Amino acid sequence: MSANDTIDPTRRDFLYVATGTAGVVAAAAVAWPFVDQMRPDASTLAASSIEVDVSSLTPGMSLTVKWRGKPVFIRNRTPEEVKAAQEVALDQLKDPVARNANLPSDAQATDADRSAGKDKENWLVMVGVCTHLGCVPLGHQGDFGGWFCPCHGSHYDTAGRIRKGPAPQNMAVPVFSFISDTTIRIG
Amino acid sequence: MSGGHSTYSPKTGLGRWMDARMPLPRLVHDSFVSYPVPRNLNYAYTFGGILSLMLAAQILTGIVLAMHYANDTSLAFQSVEKIMRDVNSGWLLRYLHSNGASMFFIAVYVHIMRGLYYGSYKAPRELLWILGCIIYLLMMATGFMGYVLPWGQMSFWGATVITGFFTAIPVVGDWIQQLLLGGFSVDNPTLNRFFALHYLLPFMIAGVVVLHVWALHVVGQTNPTGIEVKSKTDVVAFTPYATIKDAFGMIVFGLVFAYFVFYIPNYLGHPDNYIQANSLKTPAHIVPEWYYLPFYAILRAITFNIGPIDSKLGGVLAMFGSIAVLFFVPWLDTSKVRSAAYRPWYKLFFWLFVVNAIFLGWLGSRPAEGTYVALAQMSTLYYFAFFLIIMPVLGLIETPRRLPNSITEAVLEKNKGGAPVHPTGATASPETKG
Repeated sequence: MSANDTIDPTRRDFLYVATGTAGVVAAAAVAWPFVDQMRPDASTLAASSIEVDVSSLTPGMSLTVKWRGKPVFIRNRTPEEVKAAQEVALDQLKDPVARNANLPSDAQATDADRSAGKDKENWLVMVGVCTHLGCVPLGHQGDFGGWFCPCHGSHYDTAGRIRKGPAPQNMAVPVFSFISDTTIRIG
Repeated sequence: MSGGHSTYSPKTGLGRWMDARMPLPRLVHDSFVSYPVPRNLNYAYTFGGILSLMLAAQILTGIVLAMHYANDTSLAFQSVEKIMRDVNSGWLLRYLHSNGASMFFIAVYVHIMRGLYYGSYKAPRELLWILGCIIYLLMMATGFMGYVLPWGQMSFWGATVITGFFTAIPVVGDWIQQLLLGGFSVDNPTLNRFFALHYLLPFMIAGVVVLHVWALHVVGQTNPTGIEVKSKTDVVAFTPYATIKDAFGMIVFGLVFAYFVFYIPNYLGHPDNYIQANSLKTPAHIVPEWYYLPFYAILRAITFNIGPIDSKLGGVLAMFGSIAVLFFVPWLDTSKVRSAAYRPWYKLFFWLFVVNAIFLGWLGSRPAEGTYVALAQMSTLYYFAFFLIIMPVLGLIETPRRLPNSITEAVLEKNKGGAPVHPTGATASPETKG
């Protein structure tokens, strides 16, 4: 024990702690740009929202666009396809949740809540990635006339809802809106 | 390095001059010439040397390939084809590198199994074992990123599936995935950073290998009896005995390597990787490289929710857990006897573990459907039970066989059957002295 060992912190203790703290803050400040540069860059973020002209899509046709590196299916459904999807009772669905990013997360998977909404019921926009293991399903195929995933045999109906096979969820509807009658903005 | 008894004495004036200033020749002499190794090492102990050779070969072929490879999604696939068709000897260098990765993993699996069989991880070699586990983790990361570089279909979709694991992490999962990818899906920024890291990690592996060898030379090698070295008659000098034995092991291993490179260079690969990456079309069946298949099977075996953990997160945790558990092996095994040669029950469970691991690998290559899922679940259960139940419990209840008093006694006892040990026949079978 020397005369300097007192219970109260000394001036020297304070200097040690202050220097150490400043060192940690400086190290974090130096480290951050190295982490920050890994995040999606400006050009990637700029491409995270796209506008698609759908004027050429007549009923029964569909279009695949690339959004954020993933396929997005845009389908102008025929009245028969819409009707078939509307007639499905909710208790027949494997996944009763709409999975529609434009609606509350507990919205039911009715055809109206899967589609573009009132007066646009014929439009279906969704991320074309099978919810099983991430494959891209094929359009206008399968037992329900919607999509069929060749990888592990998941069948989706004309509203993109999982009806048969190993996939756990309906295909996701991304954030999108009609900015005019013929143009959709996704993202 | 062991014990600090250096027997190096430089003979030339230059050697003495060097030794007084920077004794690198002394370090090499003490580590690889006069370094004492147990006299009873078998060929399972040559895989450390084989692994060093493979690391050097991969770095050499990798650096040369990097001179011809174009690190951009629009060029990568064509540049690899250019290496195969246009670059002089390019096909050989690429096949050496791609098959070399497989050979590297074959060697590391033998090396790990050797350690598990002979109890090489037990005190005082815990740190040595853990450094080895770190090398293995770095190898897996390097191998995964290297497989993405040719930008084929399996490259792309494998990377998509593997980076997708991170989205299973609650709250921050998506942020972490975007951080790794540099975007919302596997794309040019992902390829760029994977190439940079694929170039960096082998040198980090080399650094940890130095620590691994350092730790080995402090505690000394184990041997098939698991008994520590007790006297000078238990050991032989590294050179020529271990040097020649390692060299012979490398040559035989090199023959196997050459067979793959020259006769079946694509046997261990996947044909879909000769189709350029297409983000709008998935291959029918996504599988990783063969050396990850057991872990892929464990990932997919968790098809059920465990309490608050959903099946997706559960699978990812089980997969990472199956590697993390290796780090704790020195403390999970409670037996005082090192070598399985003297542990009849451990020996049985060990070989079951090996068969089970190979079976898991086969299941990983099958689609995740039907009975394959149930089999993978049973196999996963045994994988974890081996480490978490059998290892701790067996050490407490198993009666080991009688241990010999020394390595010398074990060697002489073994020779008694074939050749007499009395003076007239003492040199009758030098080939069995290993």
